[in-house]
Amino acid sequence: MPTTAPTGPAPGLAAYADVTTSDATLRRFLHGLPGVDQVGAEARAAALGTRSIKTTAKAWALDLAIRMVDLTTLEGQDTPGKVRALASKALRPDPADPSCPSVAAVCVYGDLVGDVKAIVGDAVNVAAVATAFPSGRASMEVKLADTRDAVANGADEIDMVIDRGAFLAGRYLQVFDEIVATREACARADGSHAHLKVIFETGELQTYDNVRRASWLAMLAGADFIKTSTGKVQPAATLPVTLVMLEAVRDFREATGVQIGVKPAGGIRTTKDAIKYLVMVNEIAGDDWLDPDWFRFGASTLLNDLLMQRTKMTTGRYSGPDYFTLD
Amino acid sequence: MARIDVRKTYKLYIGGAFPRSESGHSYEVTDSKGKFVANAALASRKDVRDAVVAARKAAAGWAGRTAYNRGQILYRIAEVMEDRRPQFEEAVRQSEGVTAAVARGQVDAAVDRLVWYAGWADKLAQVIGNANPVAGPFFNHTAPEPTGVVGVLAPQESSLLGLVSVVAPVVVTGNVAVVVSSYERPLPAVTFSEVLATSDVPGGVVNILTGDAATLGPWLAAHMDVNAIDLGGVAGDTELATSLEVAAADNLKRVRRAPAAEPDWAAEPDLSAMTAFVEAKTVWHPIGI
Repeated sequence: MPTTAPTGPAPGLAAYADVTTSDATLRRFLHGLPGVDQVGAEARAAALGTRSIKTTAKAWALDLAIRMVDLTTLEGQDTPGKVRALASKALRPDPADPSCPSVAAVCVYGDLVGDVKAIVGDAVNVAAVATAFPSGRASMEVKLADTRDAVANGADEIDMVIDRGAFLAGRYLQVFDEIVATREACARADGSHAHLKVIFETGELQTYDNVRRASWLAMLAGADFIKTSTGKVQPAATLPVTLVMLEAVRDFREATGVQIGVKPAGGIRTTKDAIKYLVMVNEIAGDDWLDPDWFRFGASTLLNDLLMQRTKMTTGRYSGPDYFTLD
Repeated sequence: MARIDVRKTYKLYIGGAFPRSESGHSYEVTDSKGKFVANAALASRKDVRDAVVAARKAAAGWAGRTAYNRGQILYRIAEVMEDRRPQFEEAVRQSEGVTAAVARGQVDAAVDRLVWYAGWADKLAQVIGNANPVAGPFFNHTAPEPTGVVGVLAPQESSLLGLVSVVAPVVVTGNVAVVVSSYERPLPAVTFSEVLATSDVPGGVVNILTGDAATLGPWLAAHMDVNAIDLGGVAGDTELATSLEVAAADNLKRVRRAPAAEPDWAAEPDLSAMTAFVEAKTVWHPIGI
C-alpha cells in the first residue's frame, strides 16, 4: 500500500477511461469487482470496535474527531438564526476552552449557505446538500441548478445524492454521467471548484457489493469524497459499510494514485462510536486518511458528546449536557 | 446426595436493567460471621457515569408524573416488598447478624416507611407550599419542585431500613436517584433493586450500585450532571465527607450532610429528608384575568 499522498495529475485514472465508455463496459467492470464477504466484513468491523483507546491517545483522538466533524442541520425547520448559532458553535465548539479546535465544516441546505458564511468566513468550510437532497428525485436540470445555486452562494463543498433508483436498476452510466455533470456544476468562475461529496444512501443499496460498486463508480466519476448516507434513512452509517468504502478508497489509490475521502454520516452519536471509526480508518485505509481533509463525520449530536468527554479529560470530572448548547 | 449450592453473583441495577459492572469486577459478600454468602458486582466510576446518564434520561418523565401516581408506585413497591418478606428477612439477618425476630422487625419497618413516604407524595406541597400575601394584585404561590438527579450514599450499617429511608424521600418528590449501597451489606439493596424492577418504577428512576462509597463518592460528588447528593453513607468519616462537600460545590449541588454517626433509623422520620431535595418555585399570577 502506498504511504504518501500522490501529487500532480493522476497517472492511473487513464487506465480506466475505456471502462466508462458505455453502459455495458461500466456494468462489466463494476460487476467484475470482487464480492464483499459479508460475514467477514462485519466480523472485522466488530473486532476493530473492541480496541481500547486511552489517556493521551484518547485525547488526541478526541481533538481529531472534533476537527473531522461536519456539523450538520438538515431540517425543514432550519431558520437563519438557528444555522447562525450552529455556525458560531462550529467556530468555537467549547467557548470555555480556547484550546478546543474548530470543526471541519458546517453542512446545511443550499439556501442557508450565506448565513453560515457570514459567521464562519474562511475559518470553517461550508458544505451544502444539493441535487434534490435527500431523495435525488428530480430532473437533471433541477439538480444542476440546485448545485450551481449553492456554489454561487459560496459553498466550499457540495454533498450530492446519487439516483438510487437508477443505480439499483443497473443504469450505472446514468449515475456516472450525473456525478460528472454535477462535478462540472461545482466549478467556480475563477477556475477552482467546490469539493464534491457523493452520497450513496447505503441504507437503500441493500448489499455491501452494491456499496463497493457505488464507491468505484463515484470515484471514477471524479468525486472528492464518498459519503454513506443522508441521515434521513435508517440504517444510516454503520461500521461495516464504512469499512467497505475505506477498502474501496485504499484500492483506488493503489490502482490510480488518487486519494479520495470518506464521510460516514448519520447515527454516529457517541465518542465511543467515533473512536471506533478512527481505529478502522487507521487499520483499513491507513493513517494518511486520519486527517479532516480525508475523513469526516456527518453528525450533530456527536459534537456535544465529544466535548463532554474532552471536558472530562481536562477537568477530571464528568460533565453534563447542561453545559453545552442544544442544537 | 447433597444438593450443590447455587453460588450467586449479583449485578448492578442501572436504567431498569441488570448489567455487570463495566470494570468486570465483583467482590465477596460475607455474613456477619465472615462466611461467604454471594458475590456482588463492584461498581466502578464508569458505572456511576452510566447510572447518571440513565437517571438523567428518566428525570423528566418521573418529575412529570402526577404526585398521586408517584405515591401509587411507591405504595406498589411496598406491596411487592411485602411479597418477598422471607428473602429480605434472610438478607437482613445474614448482613447485620441480628436474630430472625429483629430482622423481621426491620423488614416491617422498611415496608411501613415506604407506605409512610408514599402517602406524602400528594401532601408535601400542601404542607411546605404556600399562598404568599404580596403587595399587589397577584396570586402568589410557592410549590416544591424536584431538584433532579440525586446521588445517594446509602447508610453502611442499616442495610434495608436505612436504604429505604434515604431512597424513598428522594424519589417521592419527583427526583431520580443514583444510589451507592452499603459496601459490606449490599444484599438487601440487591433484592430491593429486584423489587423495583417489578413494581412499575420506570427504568432509571432508581439506580443501585453495589460498591465502595469512598471510591464512588468523589465521582458522584464531582459529577456536573448530578444536582444533589446525600452523604449519609460516609457518616463518621469527617475528612471524606468534607472533601465530598467541596467537590459538590463545583456545580452548587444541594448537599445533605453526613451525620457524625448513623442515626437511629427506627425513629419516626420528619420531613427533612424530603425537603432537602426540593426547590421552591414561586408563581405570580395577576388577579382578575
